[in-house]
Amino acid sequence: MNNPAPIPLDELIVCTHCDAVFTLRRPATGERATCARCGSVLITPRRKAGLQIIAVSLAITILIIAATVFPFLSISVAGATNSVSILAAALAFSDGPLIALSLTTAALIIFVPLARVLLTMYVLVPIVLDHPPARGATHAFRFAEKLRPWSMAEIFALGCAVALIKISDLADVSFGPAFWMFAVLVVLIVIQDNVLCRWSVWKSLDKTKTL
Amino acid sequence: MEISGQNQNFISARDLGVVACTRCTQVWPAGTQICDRCGSTIVARDEKSLQRVWALWLVGLMCYVPANTYPMLQTRTLLSVQEDTIVGGAVELIHHGAVGIAVIILIASVVIPLAKFMAIAFLAISVMRPSSVSSHHRQLLYEVVEYIGRWSMIDIFVVAIMSSLVQLNTLAAVNPGRASLFFALSVIFTMLSAQAFDSRMIWDAQTRQERNPRDE
Repeated sequence: MNNPAPIPLDELIVCTHCDAVFTLRRPATGERATCARCGSVLITPRRKAGLQIIAVSLAITILIIAATVFPFLSISVAGATNSVSILAAALAFSDGPLIALSLTTAALIIFVPLARVLLTMYVLVPIVLDHPPARGATHAFRFAEKLRPWSMAEIFALGCAVALIKISDLADVSFGPAFWMFAVLVVLIVIQDNVLCRWSVWKSLDKTKTL
Repeated sequence: MEISGQNQNFISARDLGVVACTRCTQVWPAGTQICDRCGSTIVARDEKSLQRVWALWLVGLMCYVPANTYPMLQTRTLLSVQEDTIVGGAVELIHHGAVGIAVIILIASVVIPLAKFMAIAFLAISVMRPSSVSSHHRQLLYEVVEYIGRWSMIDIFVVAIMSSLVQLNTLAAVNPGRASLFFALSVIFTMLSAQAFDSRMIWDAQTRQERNPRDE
Protein backbone atom coordinates (compact mmCIF):
# COMPACT_ATOMS: atom_id res chain seq x y z
CA MET A 1 0.00 0.00 0.00
CA ASN A 2 1.22 3.45 -0.91
CA ASN A 3 -0.14 5.99 1.47
CA PRO A 4 0.24 9.62 0.42
CA ALA A 5 0.54 10.72 4.02
CA PRO A 6 1.63 8.56 6.96
CA ILE A 7 -1.23 7.66 9.26
CA PRO A 8 -1.03 9.63 12.54
CA LEU A 9 -1.03 6.58 14.81
CA ASP A 10 -1.09 8.55 18.04
CA GLU A 11 -4.23 10.43 17.08
CA LEU A 12 -6.23 7.28 16.49
CA ILE A 13 -8.06 5.03 18.87
CA VAL A 14 -9.32 1.59 17.90
CA CYS A 15 -12.14 -0.22 19.63
CA THR A 16 -10.74 -3.59 20.66
CA HIS A 17 -14.17 -5.22 20.48
CA CYS A 18 -15.22 -4.34 16.94
CA ASP A 19 -12.03 -2.89 15.38
CA ALA A 20 -13.62 0.46 14.42
CA VAL A 21 -11.16 3.36 14.10
CA PHE A 22 -11.84 6.80 15.54
CA THR A 23 -9.80 9.96 15.84
CA LEU A 24 -8.85 10.44 19.44
CA ARG A 25 -10.47 13.17 21.46
CA ARG A 26 -9.72 12.93 25.17
CA PRO A 27 -12.90 13.10 27.23
CA ALA A 28 -13.00 15.58 30.11
CA THR A 29 -12.76 14.24 33.65
CA GLY A 30 -15.97 12.46 34.56
CA GLU A 31 -16.98 11.93 30.94
CA ARG A 32 -16.55 8.64 29.16
CA ALA A 33 -15.66 7.87 25.59
CA THR A 34 -17.56 4.98 24.04
CA CYS A 35 -17.30 3.24 20.69
CA ALA A 36 -19.96 4.65 18.35
CA ARG A 37 -20.35 1.31 16.60
CA CYS A 38 -20.56 -1.34 19.31
CA GLY A 39 -20.89 0.82 22.42
CA SER A 40 -17.89 -0.48 24.37
CA VAL A 41 -16.41 1.96 26.86
CA LEU A 42 -13.01 3.15 25.64
CA ILE A 43 -11.86 5.82 28.11
CA THR A 44 -13.21 6.78 31.55
CA PRO A 45 -10.90 9.29 33.19
CA ARG A 46 -11.61 10.31 36.77
CA ARG A 47 -10.18 12.93 39.03
CA LYS A 48 -7.57 11.54 41.45
CA ALA A 49 -8.49 8.01 40.39
CA GLY A 50 -4.91 6.84 40.93
CA LEU A 51 -4.81 7.91 44.56
CA GLN A 52 -8.25 6.43 45.25
CA ILE A 53 -7.28 3.14 43.69
CA ILE A 54 -4.08 2.95 45.74
CA ALA A 55 -6.02 3.65 48.93
CA VAL A 56 -8.61 1.01 48.08
CA SER A 57 -5.89 -1.47 47.09
CA LEU A 58 -4.15 -1.02 50.41
CA ALA A 59 -7.41 -1.66 52.24
CA ILE A 60 -8.06 -4.75 50.11
CA THR A 61 -4.59 -6.17 50.86
CA ILE A 62 -5.07 -5.82 54.61
CA LEU A 63 -8.60 -7.23 54.46
CA ILE A 64 -7.61 -10.24 52.35
CA ILE A 65 -4.84 -11.20 54.77
CA ALA A 66 -7.04 -10.67 57.82
CA ALA A 67 -10.10 -12.37 56.32
CA THR A 68 -8.01 -15.39 55.39
CA VAL A 69 -6.65 -16.01 58.86
CA PHE A 70 -9.56 -15.23 61.19
CA PRO A 71 -12.45 -17.65 61.63
CA PHE A 72 -15.06 -17.14 58.97
CA LEU A 73 -18.13 -19.16 59.85
CA SER A 74 -18.93 -21.51 62.67
CA ILE A 75 -21.77 -23.97 63.15
CA SER A 76 -23.13 -25.86 66.08
CA VAL A 77 -25.50 -28.79 66.29
CA ALA A 78 -26.40 -30.44 69.57
CA GLY A 79 -23.21 -29.34 71.29
CA ALA A 80 -20.83 -30.20 68.47
CA THR A 81 -19.21 -27.14 66.94
CA ASN A 82 -16.90 -26.40 64.05
CA SER A 83 -15.47 -23.15 62.77
CA VAL A 84 -13.47 -22.53 59.61
CA SER A 85 -11.42 -19.80 58.00
CA ILE A 86 -11.66 -18.88 54.33
CA LEU A 87 -8.42 -20.69 53.67
CA ALA A 88 -9.86 -23.85 55.19
CA ALA A 89 -13.00 -23.48 53.08
CA ALA A 90 -10.90 -23.07 49.96
CA LEU A 91 -8.85 -26.14 50.83
CA ALA A 92 -11.89 -28.32 51.52
CA PHE A 93 -11.20 -30.59 48.55
CA SER A 94 -8.05 -31.93 50.08
CA ASP A 95 -8.28 -35.70 49.57
CA GLY A 96 -6.98 -37.51 46.54
CA PRO A 97 -7.27 -36.01 43.04
CA LEU A 98 -9.47 -33.23 44.39
CA ILE A 99 -6.37 -31.51 45.79
CA ALA A 100 -5.98 -29.79 42.42
CA LEU A 101 -9.42 -28.34 42.90
CA SER A 102 -8.42 -27.14 46.37
CA LEU A 103 -5.48 -25.22 45.03
CA THR A 104 -7.60 -23.75 42.22
CA THR A 105 -10.29 -22.59 44.63
CA ALA A 106 -7.71 -21.04 46.95
CA ALA A 107 -6.17 -19.25 43.98
CA LEU A 108 -9.48 -17.96 42.65
CA ILE A 109 -10.75 -16.48 45.89
CA ILE A 110 -7.55 -15.44 47.71
CA PHE A 111 -4.36 -15.40 45.67
CA VAL A 112 -5.59 -13.98 42.35
CA PRO A 113 -7.40 -11.00 43.97
CA LEU A 114 -4.35 -10.44 46.18
CA ALA A 115 -1.92 -10.63 43.25
CA ARG A 116 -4.05 -8.20 41.26
CA VAL A 117 -4.10 -5.49 43.94
CA LEU A 118 -0.38 -5.87 44.64
CA LEU A 119 0.46 -5.59 40.93
CA THR A 120 -1.88 -2.62 40.51
CA MET A 121 -0.21 -0.82 43.42
CA TYR A 122 3.23 -1.61 42.01
CA VAL A 123 2.20 0.00 38.72
CA LEU A 124 0.23 2.96 40.06
CA VAL A 125 2.32 4.22 43.00
CA PRO A 126 5.20 5.56 40.83
CA ILE A 127 2.72 7.08 38.35
CA VAL A 128 0.79 8.93 41.03
CA LEU A 129 4.02 10.19 42.62
CA ASP A 130 5.21 11.42 39.18
CA HIS A 131 8.18 9.08 39.23
CA PRO A 132 9.25 7.06 36.19
CA PRO A 133 7.36 3.74 36.05
CA ALA A 134 8.66 0.89 38.15
CA ARG A 135 10.78 -1.79 36.48
CA GLY A 136 8.63 -4.18 34.53
CA ALA A 137 5.52 -2.10 35.20
CA THR A 138 4.11 -2.85 31.75
CA HIS A 139 4.49 -6.59 32.31
CA ALA A 140 2.98 -6.27 35.77
CA PHE A 141 -0.06 -4.39 34.50
CA ARG A 142 -0.54 -6.74 31.56
CA PHE A 143 -0.45 -9.71 33.93
CA ALA A 144 -2.90 -8.01 36.31
CA GLU A 145 -5.29 -7.47 33.40
CA LYS A 146 -4.93 -11.08 32.29
CA LEU A 147 -5.87 -12.26 35.76
CA ARG A 148 -8.98 -10.12 35.81
CA PRO A 149 -11.62 -12.72 34.84
CA TRP A 150 -10.10 -15.21 37.30
CA SER A 151 -10.63 -13.08 40.38
CA MET A 152 -13.77 -14.56 41.89
CA ALA A 153 -14.13 -13.11 45.37
CA GLU A 154 -17.58 -11.72 44.65
CA ILE A 155 -18.79 -15.07 43.39
CA PHE A 156 -17.51 -16.72 46.55
CA ALA A 157 -19.53 -14.18 48.54
CA LEU A 158 -22.76 -15.21 46.81
CA GLY A 159 -21.73 -18.85 47.30
CA CYS A 160 -21.55 -18.15 51.03
CA ALA A 161 -25.12 -16.88 51.03
CA VAL A 162 -26.34 -20.00 49.24
CA ALA A 163 -24.36 -22.33 51.51
CA LEU A 164 -25.65 -20.56 54.63
CA ILE A 165 -29.27 -21.06 53.64
CA LYS A 166 -28.60 -24.69 52.75
CA ILE A 167 -27.00 -25.34 56.14
CA SER A 168 -29.30 -23.19 58.26
CA ASP A 169 -32.00 -25.84 58.65
CA LEU A 170 -29.35 -28.43 59.47
CA ALA A 171 -27.47 -26.47 62.14
CA ASP A 172 -27.01 -23.07 63.78
CA VAL A 173 -24.62 -20.91 61.81
CA SER A 174 -22.82 -17.89 63.24
CA PHE A 175 -20.52 -15.42 61.56
CA GLY A 176 -16.91 -14.87 62.59
CA PRO A 177 -15.07 -11.55 62.21
CA ALA A 178 -13.67 -12.64 58.85
CA PHE A 179 -17.16 -12.87 57.39
CA TRP A 180 -17.75 -9.14 57.78
CA MET A 181 -14.25 -8.35 56.55
CA PHE A 182 -14.96 -10.40 53.48
CA ALA A 183 -18.25 -8.60 52.88
CA VAL A 184 -16.43 -5.22 52.89
CA LEU A 185 -13.68 -6.73 50.76
CA VAL A 186 -16.06 -7.71 47.97
CA VAL A 187 -17.49 -4.17 47.79
CA LEU A 188 -13.97 -2.68 47.62
CA ILE A 189 -12.85 -5.08 44.88
CA VAL A 190 -15.85 -4.16 42.75
CA ILE A 191 -15.20 -0.41 43.32
CA GLN A 192 -11.53 -0.77 42.43
CA ASP A 193 -12.36 -2.63 39.26
CA ASN A 194 -14.79 -0.01 38.04
CA VAL A 195 -12.77 3.12 38.87
CA LEU A 196 -9.65 2.01 37.05
CA CYS A 197 -9.35 3.50 33.54
CA ARG A 198 -7.07 1.12 31.67
CA TRP A 199 -6.51 3.48 28.77
CA SER A 200 -5.17 6.21 31.07
CA VAL A 201 -2.85 3.79 32.86
CA TRP A 202 -1.38 2.53 29.59
CA LYS A 203 -1.05 6.11 28.37
CA SER A 204 0.92 7.17 31.43
CA LEU A 205 3.11 4.08 31.28
CA ASP A 206 3.87 4.92 27.66
CA LYS A 207 4.46 8.67 28.00
CA THR A 208 7.06 8.34 30.70
CA LYS A 209 8.88 5.65 28.76
CA THR A 210 9.42 7.74 25.63
CA LEU A 211 10.47 10.88 27.51
CA MET B 1 -32.19 -2.50 7.97
CA GLU B 2 -32.51 0.26 10.46
CA ILE B 3 -29.07 -0.36 11.77
CA SER B 4 -27.42 -0.27 8.37
CA GLY B 5 -29.30 2.99 7.73
CA GLN B 6 -27.76 4.52 10.83
CA ASN B 7 -24.39 3.20 9.88
CA GLN B 8 -21.95 6.07 9.49
CA ASN B 9 -19.58 3.83 7.54
CA PHE B 10 -17.15 2.92 10.24
CA ILE B 11 -13.69 2.07 9.03
CA SER B 12 -12.12 -0.96 10.60
CA ALA B 13 -8.49 -0.74 11.63
CA ARG B 14 -7.58 -3.51 9.22
CA ASP B 15 -9.01 -1.61 6.24
CA LEU B 16 -7.10 1.52 7.24
CA GLY B 17 -3.83 -0.39 7.31
CA VAL B 18 -3.30 -0.20 11.04
CA VAL B 19 -3.59 -2.73 13.82
CA ALA B 20 -4.44 -2.17 17.47
CA CYS B 21 -3.11 -4.01 20.48
CA THR B 22 -6.09 -5.75 22.07
CA ARG B 23 -4.53 -5.44 25.51
CA CYS B 24 -3.50 -1.77 25.73
CA THR B 25 -5.27 -0.38 22.60
CA GLN B 26 -2.11 1.27 21.20
CA VAL B 27 -2.32 1.62 17.39
CA TRP B 28 0.50 0.33 15.19
CA PRO B 29 1.10 0.04 11.44
CA ALA B 30 -0.33 -3.17 9.95
CA GLY B 31 2.02 -6.11 10.24
CA THR B 32 3.38 -5.22 13.66
CA GLN B 33 3.93 -8.45 15.58
CA ILE B 34 4.55 -7.38 19.15
CA CYS B 35 3.17 -4.30 20.89
CA ASP B 36 6.04 -2.04 21.83
CA ARG B 37 4.07 -0.52 24.69
CA CYS B 38 2.84 -3.52 26.64
CA GLY B 39 4.63 -6.45 24.99
CA SER B 40 1.50 -8.39 23.92
CA THR B 41 1.43 -10.31 20.67
CA ILE B 42 -0.61 -8.48 18.03
CA VAL B 43 -2.67 -10.08 15.30
CA ALA B 44 -4.96 -8.19 12.93
CA ARG B 45 -7.42 -11.09 13.06
CA ASP B 46 -6.77 -14.26 14.92
CA GLU B 47 -7.09 -16.82 12.12
CA LYS B 48 -6.76 -19.81 14.42
CA SER B 49 -9.17 -18.28 16.91
CA LEU B 50 -12.13 -20.40 15.86
CA GLN B 51 -10.16 -23.63 16.04
CA ARG B 52 -9.19 -22.86 19.61
CA VAL B 53 -12.74 -21.83 20.47
CA TRP B 54 -14.11 -25.15 19.21
CA ALA B 55 -11.38 -27.26 20.83
CA LEU B 56 -11.85 -25.69 24.26
CA TRP B 57 -15.62 -25.74 23.81
CA LEU B 58 -15.52 -29.48 23.16
CA VAL B 59 -13.36 -30.19 26.23
CA GLY B 60 -15.70 -28.06 28.33
CA LEU B 61 -18.71 -29.99 27.04
CA MET B 62 -17.02 -33.35 27.68
CA CYS B 63 -16.28 -32.36 31.27
CA TYR B 64 -19.85 -31.22 31.73
CA VAL B 65 -21.23 -34.76 31.24
CA PRO B 66 -19.47 -36.45 34.21
CA ALA B 67 -20.12 -33.27 36.20
CA ASN B 68 -23.80 -34.15 36.04
CA THR B 69 -23.66 -37.91 36.38
CA TYR B 70 -21.24 -38.23 39.31
CA PRO B 71 -22.34 -37.08 42.78
CA MET B 72 -21.50 -33.50 43.70
CA LEU B 73 -22.03 -33.81 47.44
CA GLN B 74 -21.91 -36.69 49.87
CA THR B 75 -23.91 -36.05 53.03
CA ARG B 76 -23.30 -38.42 55.93
CA THR B 77 -25.52 -38.21 59.00
CA LEU B 78 -25.86 -40.54 61.98
CA LEU B 79 -28.15 -42.90 60.18
CA SER B 80 -27.59 -42.53 56.50
CA VAL B 81 -25.20 -41.66 53.71
CA GLN B 82 -26.65 -39.71 50.83
CA GLU B 83 -25.04 -38.81 47.53
CA ASP B 84 -26.49 -36.04 45.40
CA THR B 85 -25.83 -34.99 41.84
CA ILE B 86 -26.27 -31.32 40.90
CA VAL B 87 -29.84 -31.74 39.71
CA GLY B 88 -30.62 -34.29 42.43
CA GLY B 89 -29.46 -31.86 45.09
CA ALA B 90 -31.67 -29.12 43.70
CA VAL B 91 -34.69 -31.45 43.61
CA GLU B 92 -33.95 -32.38 47.22
CA LEU B 93 -33.95 -28.67 48.14
CA ILE B 94 -37.34 -28.18 46.51
CA HIS B 95 -38.70 -31.06 48.62
CA HIS B 96 -37.40 -29.26 51.70
CA GLY B 97 -39.19 -26.10 50.60
CA ALA B 98 -36.11 -24.05 49.72
CA VAL B 99 -37.33 -23.24 46.23
CA GLY B 100 -35.36 -19.99 45.89
CA ILE B 101 -32.02 -21.64 46.57
CA ALA B 102 -32.87 -24.54 44.29
CA VAL B 103 -33.59 -22.04 41.52
CA ILE B 104 -30.24 -20.26 42.07
CA ILE B 105 -28.40 -23.60 41.95
CA LEU B 106 -30.28 -24.75 38.86
CA ILE B 107 -29.69 -21.46 37.05
CA ALA B 108 -26.00 -21.26 37.98
CA SER B 109 -25.11 -24.88 37.32
CA VAL B 110 -27.51 -26.06 34.63
CA VAL B 111 -29.13 -23.19 32.73
CA ILE B 112 -26.08 -20.89 32.49
CA PRO B 113 -23.59 -23.60 31.41
CA LEU B 114 -25.96 -25.01 28.77
CA ALA B 115 -26.89 -21.55 27.50
CA LYS B 116 -23.21 -20.72 27.36
CA PHE B 117 -22.35 -23.77 25.26
CA MET B 118 -25.09 -22.83 22.83
CA ALA B 119 -24.16 -19.13 22.77
CA ILE B 120 -20.49 -19.79 22.02
CA ALA B 121 -21.37 -22.30 19.32
CA PHE B 122 -23.84 -19.85 17.79
CA LEU B 123 -21.27 -17.02 17.78
CA ALA B 124 -18.59 -19.23 16.25
CA ILE B 125 -20.95 -20.40 13.51
CA SER B 126 -22.38 -16.93 12.88
CA VAL B 127 -19.03 -15.40 11.92
CA MET B 128 -18.57 -18.07 9.25
CA ARG B 129 -21.90 -17.65 7.47
CA PRO B 130 -24.45 -14.83 7.09
CA SER B 131 -26.53 -14.43 10.19
CA SER B 132 -29.91 -12.81 10.64
CA VAL B 133 -29.00 -11.63 14.13
CA SER B 134 -27.49 -8.14 14.09
CA SER B 135 -23.89 -7.55 15.08
CA HIS B 136 -25.04 -5.43 17.99
CA HIS B 137 -27.02 -8.28 19.46
CA ARG B 138 -24.18 -10.72 18.89
CA GLN B 139 -21.67 -8.36 20.50
CA LEU B 140 -24.02 -8.04 23.46
CA LEU B 141 -24.40 -11.82 23.61
CA TYR B 142 -20.62 -12.20 23.63
CA GLU B 143 -20.23 -9.72 26.47
CA VAL B 144 -22.95 -11.44 28.48
CA VAL B 145 -21.27 -14.82 27.93
CA GLU B 146 -17.90 -13.44 29.02
CA TYR B 147 -19.37 -11.77 32.09
CA ILE B 148 -21.70 -14.50 33.27
CA GLY B 149 -19.46 -17.51 32.67
CA ARG B 150 -17.51 -16.96 35.87
CA TRP B 151 -20.67 -17.12 37.97
CA SER B 152 -21.05 -20.84 37.31
CA MET B 153 -18.22 -21.36 39.78
CA ILE B 154 -20.68 -20.57 42.57
CA ASP B 155 -21.66 -24.22 42.92
CA ILE B 156 -18.03 -25.21 43.50
CA PHE B 157 -17.73 -22.57 46.20
CA VAL B 158 -20.94 -23.73 47.87
CA VAL B 159 -19.59 -27.28 47.96
CA ALA B 160 -16.26 -25.99 49.34
CA ILE B 161 -17.92 -24.00 52.12
CA MET B 162 -20.32 -26.77 53.07
CA SER B 163 -17.78 -29.55 53.11
CA SER B 164 -15.31 -27.61 55.23
CA LEU B 165 -17.95 -26.29 57.61
CA VAL B 166 -20.13 -29.36 58.13
CA GLN B 167 -17.54 -31.65 59.71
CA LEU B 168 -19.13 -32.66 63.01
CA ASN B 169 -17.43 -36.01 63.55
CA THR B 170 -20.06 -38.71 63.92
CA LEU B 171 -23.05 -36.40 63.87
CA ALA B 172 -22.91 -35.13 60.29
CA ALA B 173 -20.34 -34.61 57.58
CA VAL B 174 -20.50 -33.25 54.07
CA ASN B 175 -17.83 -34.26 51.58
CA PRO B 176 -17.24 -33.15 48.00
CA GLY B 177 -17.93 -35.68 45.26
CA ARG B 178 -16.06 -36.37 42.06
CA ALA B 179 -18.42 -34.21 40.02
CA SER B 180 -16.98 -31.07 41.61
CA LEU B 181 -13.65 -31.56 39.84
CA PHE B 182 -15.30 -32.09 36.45
CA PHE B 183 -17.66 -29.20 36.96
CA ALA B 184 -14.80 -26.82 37.79
CA LEU B 185 -12.89 -28.02 34.72
CA SER B 186 -15.96 -27.51 32.54
CA VAL B 187 -16.38 -23.92 33.77
CA ILE B 188 -12.68 -23.15 33.30
CA PHE B 189 -12.58 -24.56 29.77
CA THR B 190 -15.72 -22.71 28.65
CA MET B 191 -14.26 -19.49 30.07
CA LEU B 192 -11.08 -20.10 28.06
CA SER B 193 -13.19 -20.90 25.00
CA ALA B 194 -15.08 -17.60 25.29
CA GLN B 195 -11.81 -15.72 25.77
CA ALA B 196 -10.33 -17.32 22.65
CA PHE B 197 -13.14 -15.92 20.52
CA ASP B 198 -12.10 -12.80 18.59
CA SER B 199 -15.17 -10.54 18.74
CA ARG B 200 -13.87 -8.36 15.92
CA MET B 201 -14.90 -11.14 13.54
CA ILE B 202 -18.56 -10.43 14.32
CA TRP B 203 -18.17 -7.00 12.78
CA ASP B 204 -16.07 -8.15 9.83
CA ALA B 205 -18.92 -10.37 8.66
CA GLN B 206 -21.30 -7.41 8.80
CA THR B 207 -19.01 -5.12 6.80
CA ARG B 208 -18.54 -7.84 4.20
CA GLN B 209 -22.30 -8.32 3.83
CA GLU B 210 -22.93 -4.61 3.51
CA ARG B 211 -20.22 -3.91 1.00
CA ASN B 212 -20.70 -6.76 -1.42
CA PRO B 213 -24.16 -5.86 -2.74
CA ARG B 214 -23.22 -2.19 -2.99
CA ASP B 215 -19.91 -2.61 -4.75
CA GLU B 216 -21.18 -4.82 -7.50
